[in-house]
Amino acid sequence: MSLLEVDDIHGGYGGVDILQGLSIRVGPGEIVVLIGPNGAGKSTAMKAVFGLVRVRAGHVRFKGEDIADLSPDRIVRRGMGYVPQEYNVFPSLTVRENLEMGGFIRKAGVAAQIARVFELFPPLAEASQRPAGELSGGQRQMVAIGRALMLAPDLLLLDEPTAGLSPQFVETIFAKLRDINALGVAVLMVEHNAKQALAFADRGYVLSMGQARHEGPGPTLLDDPHVRESFLGG
Amino acid sequence: MEISGFAGYLVLFATFAGVYAVLALGLNLQWGFAGQFNFGIAAFFAVGAYTSAILTTPPSPTHLGGFGLPFLLGLAAAAVTSGALALLVGAITIRLRTDYLAIATIGIAEIVRLFLKNEDWLTGGVRGLSGIPKPFADLDGGWPVLIYMILVILAVLATYLFLERAISSPWGRVLRATRENEAGAAAAGKNVNRVRLEAFVIGSAIMGVAGGLFAHFFSFISPEAFDPVFATFLVWIMLVAGGSGNNRGAVLGAFAIWLVWSGTEILTGRLPADMITQAGAIRVFLVGLMFQVILLLRPEGILPERPEGHRARPRD
Amino acid sequence: MIDLLQLLLYGVVLGCIITLGAIGISLVFGILGFANFAHGDLMTVGAYLALVFVGLGWPLHVAFLGALAGTAVVAVLVDQFLYRHLRRRSSVVLVISSLGMALMLRSLIQLVWGPDNQVYQPGIQLPIEFLGLRIKPNQIVIVGGAVVLVAALHVFLSRTKMGKAMRATADNRDLAQTAGIDIGRVVLWTWIIGALLAAAAGVFLAMDTRLHPFMGRNILLAIFAAAILGGIGKPYGAIAGGLTIGIAEEMSTLVLSPAYKSAVAFAIMIAMLIFRPTGLFGGR
Repeated sequence: MSLLEVDDIHGGYGGVDILQGLSIRVGPGEIVVLIGPNGAGKSTAMKAVFGLVRVRAGHVRFKGEDIADLSPDRIVRRGMGYVPQEYNVFPSLTVRENLEMGGFIRKAGVAAQIARVFELFPPLAEASQRPAGELSGGQRQMVAIGRALMLAPDLLLLDEPTAGLSPQFVETIFAKLRDINALGVAVLMVEHNAKQALAFADRGYVLSMGQARHEGPGPTLLDDPHVRESFLGG
Repeated sequence: MEISGFAGYLVLFATFAGVYAVLALGLNLQWGFAGQFNFGIAAFFAVGAYTSAILTTPPSPTHLGGFGLPFLLGLAAAAVTSGALALLVGAITIRLRTDYLAIATIGIAEIVRLFLKNEDWLTGGVRGLSGIPKPFADLDGGWPVLIYMILVILAVLATYLFLERAISSPWGRVLRATRENEAGAAAAGKNVNRVRLEAFVIGSAIMGVAGGLFAHFFSFISPEAFDPVFATFLVWIMLVAGGSGNNRGAVLGAFAIWLVWSGTEILTGRLPADMITQAGAIRVFLVGLMFQVILLLRPEGILPERPEGHRARPRD
Repeated sequence: MIDLLQLLLYGVVLGCIITLGAIGISLVFGILGFANFAHGDLMTVGAYLALVFVGLGWPLHVAFLGALAGTAVVAVLVDQFLYRHLRRRSSVVLVISSLGMALMLRSLIQLVWGPDNQVYQPGIQLPIEFLGLRIKPNQIVIVGGAVVLVAALHVFLSRTKMGKAMRATADNRDLAQTAGIDIGRVVLWTWIIGALLAAAAGVFLAMDTRLHPFMGRNILLAIFAAAILGGIGKPYGAIAGGLTIGIAEEMSTLVLSPAYKSAVAFAIMIAMLIFRPTGLFGGR
């Protein structure tokens, strides 16, 4: 059974439907990547899954349950985490406090989970008392991901996690995501860095105009001449 | 010809409601079309009233006067001074969030009130300013009040037509565009802040004229007459109840709410004697309550904004 | 020189009262996103609730606590029955509604207690003299009380889970929701804390001057000026803002008529809006 099943959804902001019948699947422990041109609906798709954008038609099923009408704070309780592209930390809170907030609804084990996040991202342990707003872009991204991991999600949604980062940090983020995935967390991410993303992913979807046009294992899409030309720059 | 009894009451009602209608129209330009929060209507109302009064009254030992200018010039001057005050306040706050304009206008209203109360040499202080001339005052019987009522109605009409023209002009289209889609309008090269400021100033000038009309009707004004409850809050209720973004709604709201307000006066007038002093507080409470109910149940007012060219307001 | 220091002292006392009000304004603005024009009248509610309890025979410090609790209840009720339903619309509607709420609270108070001045205890306190300066025992209580309350607030915001959640929501409300923070509870606590501080400010103001239905309304401008000075949305900035405004208002009596005190606050606020709208410490 798929962990996440998005079935022919239509939706968008206000009256305009950016998503025009999108279907994607994420299996347990999979890394799935969404690529495509600007305006294709990649970010919108993620937001629709997480309940930040209204789904007008179609189904979104997570662990077999219909979640299309649920608000984000309900969905997050069911084991899905979301890392937005921008404004993804609490700038005036310290790194540790950011993580604490990530674990707000946990009944217990917050400190232990923070320790695990620090293990995964050692720079955060060093900077734990600094306000998140003072950190570099790469460090902030670590805080953002760490915050989402505080609830030990089964599925982690990431919207362009490497946007604006130096190539070195891009490598780091991909490496960390691999580590996270190794722990059993499925990953669904939107990426602009299409080549690296497809090389890294189990499967990918190429979105265009609110629909999934191509689908396949990462390496296959990487080698597909169609895809290469349109989205990977040859 | 004498006007008494019910007819007399009607004339009084129509005149008062008309003055408020002008105020509401001014606010509608500022809020309904330009999205500017003016919580200091009382300031512009008062400045207009006092300007017209000072310029038209005969010399007096208690306040500045003796210019003896005619009624219409007094009204014109009222528009100018109120507009100038608005320019001052607006120029400072126009670039900032609307909440800041709200706070600044409340502040200006307080400062103006303090000024009116304390600068006796100019305004007569708390004793007020009397002897404000009414046009055609030398006619006998009920003619002066009747003519004045007609004058006020004409003023309402003139303001309404002026604003309708302004709103459908190119300037007006830019104004509406900035309210609905600020980023888009700015990108199209329209000077968003300039247009908003202009609307704010013109709206305040209109409020100043209302002040002048008020002063000459009563022939006596004092700082008490410009209490924020009557001079600011009531106007807001009128606009919200009538339908903001809509000149007809503004006028309708003014008359409707003035009816309700007068109604509460009649009702509380029947209270036992020991409660009469509290009548004011009862009326304010009731009207405040009514306002919340309107906001909860029908915030678009009696006459909602017309759909053509008026899309839904952008969410903040 | 002594006169200057005396005015400074009075300024600090007034500043403490204004600070407590301004922190509440900043909290509500930062978390709920709207300027609550009923805040001054919430202060008045606090002052009069204390009067009720004093009337029941309670000592003032107990009446104080009762007033704080009662005002918190009032604020929560207003939010639950009114503001909550208006939140769906723009913040504009909330601001207008708060103006209406201010009027309703004020007129209700006037209906029950009448428009005249009231006091908690008859008679005038004699000032204590030290170092050539005069200070009334009440004023010492006010300053001390303000310090304690601000310290308690700091502990709440920096050490408790809800306090951190409030700061997080003020930083980034969408992210707070994404993280699973219960925004409804955050809103509730914001009103509670804001009301507690407002009530304290109201009681202190009544202790320092007298009770009057317009007492909170009259100080609202100074409170907003202080909040803007400190950076609206920044509770700690409001402390500096409040003290500055208080001291400025008292010192202004050297050159201006005391009637124009609120004009001083207004002038400072306007200057702030011209030169540094985000406040001394950079708020929103």
